[in-house]
Amino acid sequence: MQPQPVATAYAVPLFETINVSKAFGVFKALSDISFSVSDGEFVSIVGPNGAGKTTLVNVVTGLLRPTRGEVRFLGRDIAGIGPVELARLGMSRAFQLVNIFPALTVRETLAVAIASRLRRVSNPFRSLKRDGLLQADAERVAEVLGLRSKLDKVAFTLSQGEKKLLDIASAFALNPTVILLDEPTSGVSTGDKHAIMEVLVAAAKTAGARAIVQVEHDMDLVERYSHRIVALQAGSLLADMAPAAFFADPAMTAAVVGTRPRL
Amino acid sequence: MSHSSIDIVSPVAVPRTIRIDGSWVLLALIAIMALLPLVASPYVLLLMLPFVGYSIALFGFNLLFGTTGLLSFGHALFLGVGAYTAAVLTSKFGILSFEIILVAAAVISALVSVVIGGLCVRYTKIFFGMLTLAFGMLFHSFLFKFYAVTGGDQGMRVLRPLLLGMEWRGGKTAFLTGAFYYYALTLFALMGLTMWRITRSPFGLHLRAIRENAPKAAYVGVEVFRMRLAAFVISAVYGGIGGTILAVTTGLADPELAYWTHSGNLVFMAVLGGSGTFVGPAIGALVFVVLQDFVMALTQYWRFVMGAILVCLVIFMPQGLAGTIELLFSRRDREA
Repeated sequence: MQPQPVATAYAVPLFETINVSKAFGVFKALSDISFSVSDGEFVSIVGPNGAGKTTLVNVVTGLLRPTRGEVRFLGRDIAGIGPVELARLGMSRAFQLVNIFPALTVRETLAVAIASRLRRVSNPFRSLKRDGLLQADAERVAEVLGLRSKLDKVAFTLSQGEKKLLDIASAFALNPTVILLDEPTSGVSTGDKHAIMEVLVAAAKTAGARAIVQVEHDMDLVERYSHRIVALQAGSLLADMAPAAFFADPAMTAAVVGTRPRL
Repeated sequence: MSHSSIDIVSPVAVPRTIRIDGSWVLLALIAIMALLPLVASPYVLLLMLPFVGYSIALFGFNLLFGTTGLLSFGHALFLGVGAYTAAVLTSKFGILSFEIILVAAAVISALVSVVIGGLCVRYTKIFFGMLTLAFGMLFHSFLFKFYAVTGGDQGMRVLRPLLLGMEWRGGKTAFLTGAFYYYALTLFALMGLTMWRITRSPFGLHLRAIRENAPKAAYVGVEVFRMRLAAFVISAVYGGIGGTILAVTTGLADPELAYWTHSGNLVFMAVLGGSGTFVGPAIGALVFVVLQDFVMALTQYWRFVMGAILVCLVIFMPQGLAGTIELLFSRRDREA
Protein backbone atom coordinates (compact mmCIF):
# COMPACT_ATOMS: atom_id res chain seq x y z
CA MET A 1 0.00 0.00 0.00
CA GLN A 2 1.37 3.38 -1.00
CA PRO A 3 1.59 5.70 2.05
CA GLN A 4 -0.60 8.78 1.96
CA PRO A 5 1.19 12.14 1.79
CA VAL A 6 1.53 13.97 5.11
CA ALA A 7 0.16 17.12 3.47
CA THR A 8 -0.58 18.45 -0.01
CA ALA A 9 2.64 18.08 -1.98
CA TYR A 10 4.46 20.98 -3.66
CA ALA A 11 7.66 20.89 -5.65
CA VAL A 12 9.59 23.41 -3.52
CA PRO A 13 11.79 21.71 -0.88
CA LEU A 14 10.98 22.61 2.71
CA PHE A 15 14.49 21.97 3.76
CA GLU A 16 17.67 20.73 2.17
CA THR A 17 21.24 19.95 3.04
CA ILE A 18 23.81 20.99 0.45
CA ASN A 19 27.18 19.18 0.55
CA VAL A 20 27.07 18.95 4.34
CA SER A 21 30.17 17.53 6.01
CA LYS A 22 30.84 17.15 9.70
CA ALA A 23 34.17 16.14 11.23
CA PHE A 24 35.06 15.51 14.87
CA GLY A 25 38.82 16.05 14.85
CA VAL A 26 40.19 13.66 12.22
CA PHE A 27 37.02 11.54 12.21
CA LYS A 28 34.66 12.40 9.35
CA ALA A 29 31.14 11.67 10.57
CA LEU A 30 29.44 13.08 7.45
CA SER A 31 30.84 13.63 3.95
CA ASP A 32 29.09 15.77 1.33
CA ILE A 33 25.51 14.88 2.20
CA SER A 34 22.93 16.50 -0.03
CA PHE A 35 19.25 15.71 0.22
CA SER A 36 16.00 17.60 0.40
CA VAL A 37 12.55 17.18 1.88
CA SER A 38 9.48 18.55 0.15
CA ASP A 39 5.95 19.29 1.24
CA GLY A 40 3.87 16.25 2.09
CA GLU A 41 6.80 13.88 2.33
CA PHE A 42 7.60 11.25 4.95
CA VAL A 43 11.32 10.64 4.60
CA SER A 44 13.22 7.91 6.43
CA ILE A 45 16.94 8.15 7.08
CA VAL A 46 18.38 4.66 7.38
CA GLY A 47 21.81 3.14 7.77
CA PRO A 48 23.78 0.77 9.98
CA ASN A 49 25.02 1.88 13.40
CA GLY A 50 27.72 4.54 13.04
CA ALA A 51 26.54 5.58 9.57
CA GLY A 52 26.00 9.17 10.77
CA LYS A 53 22.19 9.28 11.00
CA THR A 54 21.97 10.98 14.38
CA THR A 55 24.85 13.33 13.49
CA LEU A 56 22.90 14.32 10.37
CA VAL A 57 19.78 15.01 12.44
CA ASN A 58 21.89 17.00 14.94
CA VAL A 59 23.31 19.09 12.09
CA VAL A 60 19.90 19.59 10.51
CA THR A 61 18.36 20.65 13.84
CA GLY A 62 21.10 23.13 14.59
CA LEU A 63 22.63 21.26 17.51
CA LEU A 64 25.86 20.83 15.57
CA ARG A 65 27.31 23.28 13.08
CA PRO A 66 28.44 21.55 9.89
CA THR A 67 32.16 21.67 9.14
CA ARG A 68 31.23 22.43 5.55
CA GLY A 69 28.06 22.89 3.54
CA GLU A 70 24.68 24.48 4.04
CA VAL A 71 21.43 23.50 5.72
CA ARG A 72 18.47 25.46 4.37
CA PHE A 73 14.98 25.54 5.87
CA LEU A 74 12.26 27.46 4.02
CA GLY A 75 14.99 29.06 1.95
CA ARG A 76 17.03 30.26 4.93
CA ASP A 77 20.47 29.02 6.01
CA ILE A 78 19.91 27.49 9.45
CA ALA A 79 23.32 25.92 10.04
CA GLY A 80 24.02 26.07 13.80
CA ILE A 81 21.19 28.49 14.61
CA GLY A 82 20.34 26.56 17.75
CA PRO A 83 17.22 24.75 18.90
CA VAL A 84 15.19 27.73 20.16
CA GLU A 85 15.34 29.65 16.87
CA LEU A 86 14.72 26.42 14.99
CA ALA A 87 11.57 25.74 17.01
CA ARG A 88 10.44 29.30 16.30
CA LEU A 89 10.99 28.80 12.57
CA GLY A 90 8.84 25.67 12.62
CA MET A 91 11.10 22.65 12.94
CA SER A 92 10.77 20.43 15.98
CA ARG A 93 12.46 17.27 17.09
CA ALA A 94 11.86 14.19 19.20
CA PHE A 95 14.82 12.25 20.53
CA GLN A 96 16.07 8.68 20.25
CA LEU A 97 16.21 8.23 24.01
CA VAL A 98 13.18 9.27 26.04
CA ASN A 99 13.64 12.96 26.77
CA ILE A 100 11.01 14.39 29.11
CA PHE A 101 10.60 16.72 32.08
CA PRO A 102 10.33 14.03 34.78
CA ALA A 103 8.61 16.08 37.52
CA LEU A 104 6.14 17.90 35.25
CA THR A 105 2.70 16.51 34.44
CA VAL A 106 1.69 15.66 30.88
CA ARG A 107 -0.39 18.86 30.78
CA GLU A 108 2.55 20.98 31.97
CA THR A 109 4.95 19.30 29.54
CA LEU A 110 2.70 20.19 26.63
CA ALA A 111 2.09 23.67 28.06
CA VAL A 112 5.84 24.37 28.00
CA ALA A 113 5.89 24.02 24.21
CA ILE A 114 2.55 25.76 23.70
CA ALA A 115 3.59 28.71 25.89
CA SER A 116 6.69 29.07 23.69
CA ARG A 117 4.61 29.00 20.53
CA LEU A 118 1.98 31.42 21.82
CA ARG A 119 4.70 33.64 23.33
CA ARG A 120 3.15 33.59 26.76
CA VAL A 121 6.31 33.94 28.86
CA SER A 122 7.10 37.64 28.54
CA ASN A 123 4.62 38.47 31.33
CA PRO A 124 5.64 36.64 34.53
CA PHE A 125 2.33 37.55 36.20
CA ARG A 126 0.08 35.80 33.67
CA SER A 127 -1.84 32.88 35.15
CA LEU A 128 -1.02 29.53 33.61
CA LYS A 129 -4.12 27.85 34.98
CA ARG A 130 -6.54 30.50 33.70
CA ASP A 131 -5.07 30.66 30.19
CA GLY A 132 -7.97 29.01 28.38
CA LEU A 133 -6.34 28.92 24.94
CA LEU A 134 -3.15 27.35 26.29
CA GLN A 135 -5.01 24.76 28.36
CA ALA A 136 -7.36 23.87 25.49
CA ASP A 137 -4.40 23.45 23.15
CA ALA A 138 -2.65 21.15 25.64
CA GLU A 139 -5.80 19.02 25.82
CA ARG A 140 -6.09 18.95 22.03
CA VAL A 141 -2.50 17.74 21.56
CA ALA A 142 -2.91 15.16 24.33
CA GLU A 143 -6.11 13.92 22.67
CA VAL A 144 -4.41 13.48 19.29
CA LEU A 145 -1.46 11.63 20.80
CA GLY A 146 -3.68 9.41 22.98
CA LEU A 147 -2.56 10.97 26.25
CA ARG A 148 -5.82 12.66 27.23
CA SER A 149 -6.46 10.37 30.20
CA LYS A 150 -2.91 10.95 31.46
CA LEU A 151 -3.02 14.76 31.42
CA ASP A 152 -2.54 15.15 35.16
CA LYS A 153 -0.05 12.31 35.58
CA VAL A 154 3.52 13.21 36.45
CA ALA A 155 5.78 12.29 33.52
CA PHE A 156 8.12 9.95 35.39
CA THR A 157 5.19 7.76 36.45
CA LEU A 158 4.22 6.99 32.82
CA SER A 159 5.10 3.74 31.06
CA GLN A 160 8.05 3.71 28.65
CA GLY A 161 5.75 3.84 25.61
CA GLU A 162 3.77 6.74 27.09
CA LYS A 163 6.97 8.64 27.88
CA LYS A 164 8.02 8.19 24.26
CA LEU A 165 4.65 9.49 23.10
CA LEU A 166 4.91 12.44 25.48
CA ASP A 167 8.33 13.33 24.08
CA ILE A 168 6.85 13.26 20.58
CA ALA A 169 3.69 15.08 21.71
CA SER A 170 5.73 18.00 23.06
CA ALA A 171 7.39 18.30 19.64
CA PHE A 172 3.95 18.30 17.98
CA ALA A 173 2.69 20.90 20.46
CA LEU A 174 4.88 23.45 18.65
CA ASN A 175 2.67 22.97 15.53
CA PRO A 176 5.84 22.43 13.49
CA THR A 177 6.19 22.71 9.74
CA VAL A 178 8.65 19.83 9.75
CA ILE A 179 9.12 17.28 12.50
CA LEU A 180 12.26 15.19 12.91
CA LEU A 181 11.89 11.96 14.83
CA ASP A 182 15.01 10.10 15.90
CA GLU A 183 13.94 6.44 16.18
CA PRO A 184 10.39 7.22 17.33
CA THR A 185 9.68 3.58 18.18
CA SER A 186 12.94 2.64 19.90
CA GLY A 187 12.38 1.01 23.26
CA VAL A 188 8.75 0.30 22.35
CA SER A 189 7.38 -3.26 22.05
CA THR A 190 7.01 -4.62 18.51
CA GLY A 191 3.24 -4.78 18.94
CA ASP A 192 3.03 -1.08 19.78
CA LYS A 193 5.28 0.19 16.97
CA HIS A 194 2.65 0.33 14.24
CA ALA A 195 0.13 1.89 16.63
CA ILE A 196 2.63 4.64 17.47
CA MET A 197 3.36 5.26 13.80
CA GLU A 198 -0.34 5.54 12.99
CA VAL A 199 -0.73 8.03 15.83
CA LEU A 200 2.27 9.99 14.55
CA VAL A 201 0.99 10.30 11.00
CA ALA A 202 -2.48 11.30 12.22
CA ALA A 203 -0.94 13.81 14.65
CA ALA A 204 1.18 15.32 11.87
CA LYS A 205 -1.92 15.91 9.78
CA THR A 206 -3.84 17.39 12.71
CA ALA A 207 -0.94 19.62 13.76
CA GLY A 208 -0.49 20.86 10.21
CA ALA A 209 3.02 19.44 9.82
CA ARG A 210 4.06 19.57 6.18
CA ALA A 211 6.69 16.84 6.36
CA ILE A 212 8.05 14.16 8.65
CA VAL A 213 11.67 13.02 8.70
CA GLN A 214 12.51 10.00 10.80
CA VAL A 215 15.61 8.00 11.61
CA GLU A 216 14.52 4.37 11.86
CA HIS A 217 16.05 0.91 12.05
CA ASP A 218 12.84 -1.07 11.67
CA MET A 219 12.65 -1.76 7.91
CA ASP A 220 8.99 -2.85 8.09
CA LEU A 221 8.06 0.60 9.38
CA VAL A 222 10.35 2.31 6.87
CA GLU A 223 8.80 0.42 3.96
CA ARG A 224 5.22 0.95 5.11
CA TYR A 225 5.29 4.65 5.98
CA SER A 226 8.01 6.33 3.91
CA HIS A 227 7.68 8.13 0.60
CA ARG A 228 11.43 8.26 0.25
CA ILE A 229 14.48 6.65 1.84
CA VAL A 230 17.80 8.40 2.42
CA ALA A 231 20.41 5.75 3.18
CA LEU A 232 23.76 6.53 4.77
CA GLN A 233 26.84 4.40 4.99
CA ALA A 234 30.02 5.41 6.83
CA GLY A 235 29.00 9.06 6.72
CA SER A 236 28.30 9.14 2.98
CA LEU A 237 25.05 9.17 1.06
CA LEU A 238 24.40 5.67 -0.22
CA ALA A 239 20.96 6.20 -1.73
CA ASP A 240 18.07 8.63 -2.00
CA MET A 241 15.18 6.76 -3.56
CA ALA A 242 11.61 5.51 -3.28
CA PRO A 243 11.00 2.55 -0.94
CA ALA A 244 9.98 0.22 -3.77
CA ALA A 245 13.28 0.77 -5.58
CA PHE A 246 15.28 0.58 -2.36
CA PHE A 247 13.85 -2.75 -1.22
CA ALA A 248 14.05 -4.19 -4.72
CA ASP A 249 17.82 -3.75 -4.66
CA PRO A 250 19.49 -6.47 -2.54
CA ALA A 251 22.71 -4.44 -2.39
CA MET A 252 20.87 -1.63 -0.60
CA THR A 253 19.24 -3.80 2.04
CA ALA A 254 22.50 -5.69 2.50
CA ALA A 255 24.36 -2.42 3.12
CA VAL A 256 21.79 -1.16 5.61
CA VAL A 257 20.50 -4.30 7.31
CA GLY A 258 23.24 -6.80 6.48
CA THR A 259 22.95 -10.24 4.82
CA ARG A 260 21.69 -13.46 6.30
CA PRO A 261 24.72 -15.63 7.12
CA ARG A 262 24.95 -18.88 5.16
CA LEU A 263 24.57 -21.94 7.39
CA MET B 1 -30.92 -10.05 41.01
CA SER B 2 -29.41 -8.18 38.18
CA HIS B 3 -25.68 -7.44 38.37
CA SER B 4 -26.17 -4.19 36.51
CA SER B 5 -26.57 -2.43 39.84
CA ILE B 6 -22.87 -3.04 40.52
CA ASP B 7 -21.97 -0.25 38.11
CA ILE B 8 -24.14 2.32 39.85
CA VAL B 9 -22.00 4.65 41.92
CA SER B 10 -23.12 4.48 45.54
CA PRO B 11 -23.20 7.73 47.50
CA VAL B 12 -20.40 6.65 49.79
CA ALA B 13 -18.30 9.53 51.07
CA VAL B 14 -15.07 9.63 49.16
CA PRO B 15 -12.09 10.38 51.42
CA ARG B 16 -11.08 13.94 50.76
CA THR B 17 -7.61 14.51 49.47
CA ILE B 18 -5.81 17.05 51.61
CA ARG B 19 -3.53 19.20 49.53
CA ILE B 20 -1.31 21.76 51.15
CA ASP B 21 -1.66 24.79 48.93
CA GLY B 22 1.32 27.09 49.36
CA SER B 23 -0.74 30.27 48.97
CA TRP B 24 -3.05 29.26 51.87
CA VAL B 25 -0.09 28.48 54.11
CA LEU B 26 1.38 31.84 53.18
CA LEU B 27 -1.90 33.63 53.98
CA ALA B 28 -2.14 31.76 57.30
CA LEU B 29 1.43 32.80 58.12
CA ILE B 30 0.62 36.42 57.28
CA ALA B 31 -2.53 36.31 59.47
CA ILE B 32 -0.60 34.85 62.42
CA MET B 33 2.13 37.44 61.99
CA ALA B 34 -0.47 40.23 61.87
CA LEU B 35 -2.00 39.06 65.15
CA LEU B 36 1.32 38.39 66.85
CA PRO B 37 1.79 41.93 68.29
CA LEU B 38 -1.39 41.35 70.33
CA VAL B 39 0.14 38.46 72.26
CA ALA B 40 3.90 38.41 71.76
CA SER B 41 6.60 40.30 73.65
CA PRO B 42 8.71 42.96 71.89
CA TYR B 43 11.62 40.49 71.98
CA VAL B 44 9.67 37.97 69.90
CA LEU B 45 8.53 40.71 67.50
CA LEU B 46 12.12 41.86 67.06
CA LEU B 47 13.00 38.27 66.22
CA MET B 48 10.32 38.24 63.55
CA LEU B 49 11.91 41.10 61.59
CA PRO B 50 15.00 39.11 60.49
CA PHE B 51 12.58 36.30 59.65
CA VAL B 52 10.67 38.64 57.34
CA GLY B 53 13.88 39.95 55.75
CA TYR B 54 15.26 36.46 55.18
CA SER B 55 11.91 35.16 53.96
CA ILE B 56 11.67 37.81 51.26
CA ALA B 57 15.25 37.05 50.18
CA LEU B 58 14.43 33.34 50.22
CA PHE B 59 11.34 33.73 48.03
CA GLY B 60 13.79 35.03 45.43
CA PHE B 61 16.54 32.57 46.26
CA ASN B 62 14.14 29.68 45.82
CA LEU B 63 12.97 30.92 42.42
CA LEU B 64 16.56 30.30 41.42
CA PHE B 65 17.19 27.14 43.45
CA GLY B 66 13.89 25.28 43.85
CA THR B 67 12.24 26.40 40.60
CA THR B 68 15.12 26.87 38.15
CA GLY B 69 17.59 24.40 39.66
CA LEU B 70 20.49 26.84 40.15
CA LEU B 71 22.07 26.74 43.60
CA SER B 72 23.76 30.05 44.42
CA PHE B 73 26.42 30.12 47.12
CA GLY B 74 26.82 33.87 46.87
CA HIS B 75 23.30 35.17 47.28
CA ALA B 76 24.10 37.09 50.46
CA LEU B 77 25.78 39.55 48.07
CA PHE B 78 22.33 40.95 47.32
CA LEU B 79 21.44 41.19 51.01
CA GLY B 80 24.61 43.30 51.21
CA VAL B 81 23.60 45.42 48.22
CA GLY B 82 20.21 46.14 49.81
CA ALA B 83 21.69 46.89 53.22
CA TYR B 84 24.43 49.20 51.91
CA THR B 85 21.94 50.97 49.64
CA ALA B 86 19.91 51.77 52.75
CA ALA B 87 23.07 52.83 54.62
CA VAL B 88 24.43 55.07 51.86
CA LEU B 89 21.07 56.73 51.16
CA THR B 90 20.25 57.41 54.82
CA SER B 91 23.74 58.18 56.18
CA LYS B 92 25.46 59.87 53.23
CA PHE B 93 22.66 61.40 51.20
CA GLY B 94 20.10 62.01 53.92
CA ILE B 95 17.37 60.26 51.93
CA LEU B 96 15.13 58.75 54.58
CA SER B 97 12.09 57.71 52.55
CA PHE B 98 11.90 53.93 52.89
CA GLU B 99 9.98 53.69 49.61
CA ILE B 100 12.87 55.38 47.77
CA ILE B 101 15.32 53.10 49.58
CA LEU B 102 13.34 50.03 48.50
CA VAL B 103 13.16 51.15 44.88
CA ALA B 104 16.87 52.03 44.86
CA ALA B 105 17.79 48.67 46.45
CA ALA B 106 15.68 46.83 43.86
CA VAL B 107 17.14 48.78 40.92
CA ILE B 108 20.76 48.49 42.07
CA SER B 109 20.35 44.79 42.84
CA ALA B 110 18.84 44.26 39.39
CA LEU B 111 21.69 46.14 37.68
CA VAL B 112 24.37 44.25 39.62
CA SER B 113 22.62 40.94 38.96
CA VAL B 114 22.41 41.52 35.20
CA VAL B 115 26.20 41.76 35.08
CA ILE B 116 26.91 38.90 37.50
CA GLY B 117 24.05 36.74 36.25
CA GLY B 118 25.08 37.32 32.63
CA LEU B 119 28.33 35.54 33.45
CA CYS B 120 27.09 32.98 35.98
CA VAL B 121 23.95 31.54 34.36
CA ARG B 122 25.94 30.30 31.40
CA TYR B 123 27.08 27.59 33.80
CA THR B 124 25.13 25.17 35.96
CA LYS B 125 25.60 22.95 39.02
CA ILE B 126 28.92 23.31 40.88
CA PHE B 127 30.33 25.77 38.33
CA PHE B 128 27.39 28.13 38.86
CA GLY B 129 27.72 27.69 42.63
CA MET B 130 31.45 28.44 42.63
CA LEU B 131 31.08 31.48 40.39
CA THR B 132 28.36 33.00 42.58
CA LEU B 133 30.51 32.23 45.63
CA ALA B 134 33.44 34.02 43.99
CA PHE B 135 31.36 37.11 43.21
CA GLY B 136 30.00 37.10 46.75
CA MET B 137 33.54 37.01 48.15
CA LEU B 138 34.66 39.77 45.78
CA PHE B 139 31.85 41.99 47.02
CA HIS B 140 32.63 41.13 50.65
CA SER B 141 36.30 42.04 50.08
CA PHE B 142 35.23 45.35 48.54
CA LEU B 143 33.03 46.13 51.56
CA PHE B 144 35.77 45.05 53.97
CA LYS B 145 38.76 46.78 52.37
CA PHE B 146 37.36 50.05 50.99
CA TYR B 147 37.13 51.60 54.40
CA ALA B 148 36.63 55.16 53.20
CA VAL B 149 33.58 54.24 51.14
CA THR B 150 32.00 51.40 53.10
CA GLY B 151 33.26 51.83 56.65
CA GLY B 152 35.26 48.58 56.40
CA ASP B 153 34.73 46.15 59.25
CA GLN B 154 32.83 48.83 61.18
CA GLY B 155 30.13 48.90 58.53
CA MET B 156 27.79 51.84 57.96
CA ARG B 157 24.95 53.15 60.05
CA VAL B 158 21.43 52.87 58.72
CA LEU B 159 19.30 55.70 60.03
CA ARG B 160 15.67 55.26 60.93
CA PRO B 161 13.71 55.69 57.70
CA LEU B 162 10.45 57.51 57.06
CA LEU B 163 7.62 55.11 56.34
CA LEU B 164 5.06 56.40 53.81
CA GLY B 165 6.68 59.81 54.22
CA MET B 166 5.92 59.87 57.94
CA GLU B 167 8.36 60.21 60.79
CA TRP B 168 7.69 57.71 63.57
CA ARG B 169 8.56 58.94 67.04
CA GLY B 170 9.41 56.83 70.08
CA GLY B 171 12.27 54.52 70.92
CA LYS B 172 13.94 52.17 68.48
CA THR B 173 12.13 49.10 69.81
CA ALA B 174 8.75 50.83 69.62
CA PHE B 175 9.45 51.80 66.00
CA LEU B 176 10.65 48.35 65.00
CA THR B 177 7.89 46.43 66.76
CA GLY B 178 5.22 48.90 65.72
CA ALA B 179 5.08 50.70 62.39
CA PHE B 180 8.11 49.00 60.86
CA TYR B 181 6.87 45.54 61.84
CA TYR B 182 3.60 46.06 59.96
CA TYR B 183 5.37 47.72 57.05
CA ALA B 184 7.76 44.77 56.75
CA LEU B 185 4.87 42.32 57.09
CA THR B 186 2.98 44.09 54.27
CA LEU B 187 6.09 43.84 52.10
CA PHE B 188 6.38 40.15 53.01
CA ALA B 189 2.76 39.59 51.95
CA LEU B 190 3.12 41.51 48.68
CA MET B 191 6.44 39.95 47.73
CA GLY B 192 5.25 36.47 48.72
CA LEU B 193 2.00 36.66 46.75
CA THR B 194 3.83 38.15 43.76
CA MET B 195 6.28 35.25 43.83
CA TRP B 196 3.37 32.83 44.10
CA ARG B 197 1.96 34.34 40.92
CA ILE B 198 5.33 34.21 39.17
CA THR B 199 5.86 30.54 39.94
CA ARG B 200 2.34 29.72 38.65
CA SER B 201 2.79 31.56 35.34
CA PRO B 202 3.98 30.21 31.96
CA PHE B 203 7.26 31.98 32.82
CA GLY B 204 7.51 29.90 36.03
CA LEU B 205 6.64 26.78 34.04
CA HIS B 206 9.53 27.47 31.66
CA LEU B 207 11.86 27.82 34.66
CA ARG B 208 10.69 24.44 35.97
CA ALA B 209 11.21 22.91 32.53
CA ILE B 210 14.78 24.24 32.55
CA ARG B 211 15.37 22.71 35.99
CA GLU B 212 14.06 19.36 34.77
CA ASN B 213 15.80 19.10 31.41
CA ALA B 214 17.39 22.21 29.89
CA PRO B 215 18.44 20.68 26.51
CA LYS B 216 14.94 19.33 25.94
CA ALA B 217 13.46 22.67 27.03
CA ALA B 218 15.49 24.46 24.36
CA TYR B 219 14.03 22.15 21.69
CA VAL B 220 10.50 23.16 22.65
CA GLY B 221 11.37 26.84 22.34
CA VAL B 222 12.44 27.73 25.90
CA GLU B 223 15.06 30.47 25.89
CA VAL B 224 17.22 28.86 28.53
CA PHE B 225 19.80 31.62 29.01
CA ARG B 226 17.29 34.48 29.08
CA MET B 227 14.96 32.65 31.44
CA ARG B 228 17.80 31.78 33.82
CA LEU B 229 19.03 35.37 33.74
CA ALA B 230 15.51 36.68 34.39
CA ALA B 231 15.20 34.31 37.39
CA PHE B 232 18.60 35.50 38.65
CA VAL B 233 17.61 39.16 38.38
CA ILE B 234 14.23 38.62 40.10
CA SER B 235 15.93 36.68 42.89
CA ALA B 236 18.48 39.48 43.28
CA VAL B 237 15.71 42.09 43.60
CA TYR B 238 14.11 40.01 46.34
CA GLY B 239 17.54 39.68 48.01
CA GLY B 240 18.09 43.45 47.87
CA ILE B 241 14.71 44.20 49.44
CA GLY B 242 15.27 41.56 52.13
CA GLY B 243 18.64 43.19 52.82
CA THR B 244 17.11 46.62 53.45
CA ILE B 245 14.76 45.13 56.10
CA LEU B 246 17.67 43.37 57.82
CA ALA B 247 19.71 46.59 57.76
CA VAL B 248 16.94 48.77 59.21
CA THR B 249 16.32 46.14 61.91
CA THR B 250 19.95 46.16 63.11
CA GLY B 251 20.58 49.81 62.18
CA LEU B 252 23.79 48.72 60.53
CA ALA B 253 25.07 47.57 57.13
CA ASP B 254 27.87 45.17 57.94
CA PRO B 255 30.28 43.34 55.58
CA GLU B 256 29.31 40.09 57.34
CA LEU B 257 25.93 40.38 55.60
CA ALA B 258 27.66 39.58 52.30
CA TYR B 259 30.07 36.98 53.69
CA TRP B 260 29.93 33.47 52.27
CA THR B 261 28.71 31.96 55.56
CA HIS B 262 25.66 34.17 55.28
CA SER B 263 25.03 32.78 51.80
CA GLY B 264 25.40 29.36 53.42
CA ASN B 265 22.73 30.34 55.94
CA LEU B 266 20.33 31.10 53.09
CA VAL B 267 20.98 27.64 51.64
CA PHE B 268 20.51 26.16 55.14
CA MET B 269 17.15 27.91 55.57
CA ALA B 270 15.92 26.78 52.14
CA VAL B 271 16.96 23.16 52.81
CA LEU B 272 15.58 23.29 56.36
CA GLY B 273 12.14 24.41 55.21
CA GLY B 274 12.11 22.48 51.96
CA SER B 275 13.14 24.03 48.68
CA GLY B 276 10.68 21.85 46.78
CA THR B 277 7.70 23.70 48.28
CA PHE B 278 6.64 27.32 47.93
CA VAL B 279 6.50 28.29 51.61
CA GLY B 280 9.22 25.86 52.71
CA PRO B 281 12.06 28.41 52.61
CA ALA B 282 9.99 30.94 54.60
CA ILE B 283 9.25 28.28 57.21
CA GLY B 284 12.97 27.42 57.13
CA ALA B 285 13.80 31.06 57.83
CA LEU B 286 11.39 31.16 60.78
CA VAL B 287 12.74 27.94 62.30
CA PHE B 288 16.34 29.01 61.66
CA VAL B 289 15.94 32.43 63.30
CA VAL B 290 14.13 31.02 66.36
CA LEU B 291 16.45 28.02 66.64
CA GLN B 292 19.60 30.10 66.29
CA ASP B 293 18.36 32.50 68.98
CA PHE B 294 17.50 29.58 71.28
CA VAL B 295 20.74 27.65 70.75
CA MET B 296 22.90 30.79 71.04
CA ALA B 297 21.35 31.43 74.46
CA LEU B 298 22.21 27.90 75.53
CA THR B 299 25.78 27.44 74.36
CA GLN B 300 28.69 29.24 72.77
CA TYR B 301 29.09 26.20 70.48
CA TRP B 302 25.88 27.04 68.70
CA ARG B 303 27.47 26.65 65.26
CA PHE B 304 28.28 23.05 66.13
CA VAL B 305 24.66 22.39 67.10
CA MET B 306 23.31 24.09 63.96
CA GLY B 307 25.73 22.06 61.83
CA ALA B 308 24.59 18.83 63.48
CA ILE B 309 20.96 19.77 62.82
CA LEU B 310 21.77 20.37 59.15
CA VAL B 311 23.49 16.96 58.88
CA CYS B 312 20.49 15.19 60.45
CA LEU B 313 18.12 17.14 58.24
CA VAL B 314 19.84 16.20 54.99
CA ILE B 315 20.04 12.53 56.03
CA PHE B 316 16.60 12.03 57.59
CA MET B 317 14.43 14.76 56.04
CA PRO B 318 15.88 15.61 52.62
CA GLN B 319 12.57 17.27 51.63
CA GLY B 320 12.86 19.69 54.55
CA LEU B 321 10.14 20.47 57.09
CA ALA B 322 7.40 21.56 54.68
CA GLY B 323 8.32 18.85 52.18
CA THR B 324 8.14 16.16 54.86
CA ILE B 325 4.74 17.38 56.10
CA GLU B 326 3.45 17.33 52.51
CA LEU B 327 4.85 13.82 52.06
CA LEU B 328 3.16 12.60 55.26
CA PHE B 329 -0.18 14.04 54.13
CA SER B 330 0.08 12.45 50.69
CA ARG B 331 0.96 9.06 52.27
CA ARG B 332 -2.02 9.31 54.58
CA ASP B 333 -4.23 10.15 51.61
CA ARG B 334 -2.97 7.15 49.66
CA GLU B 335 -3.61 4.85 52.63
CA ALA B 336 -7.11 6.31 53.03
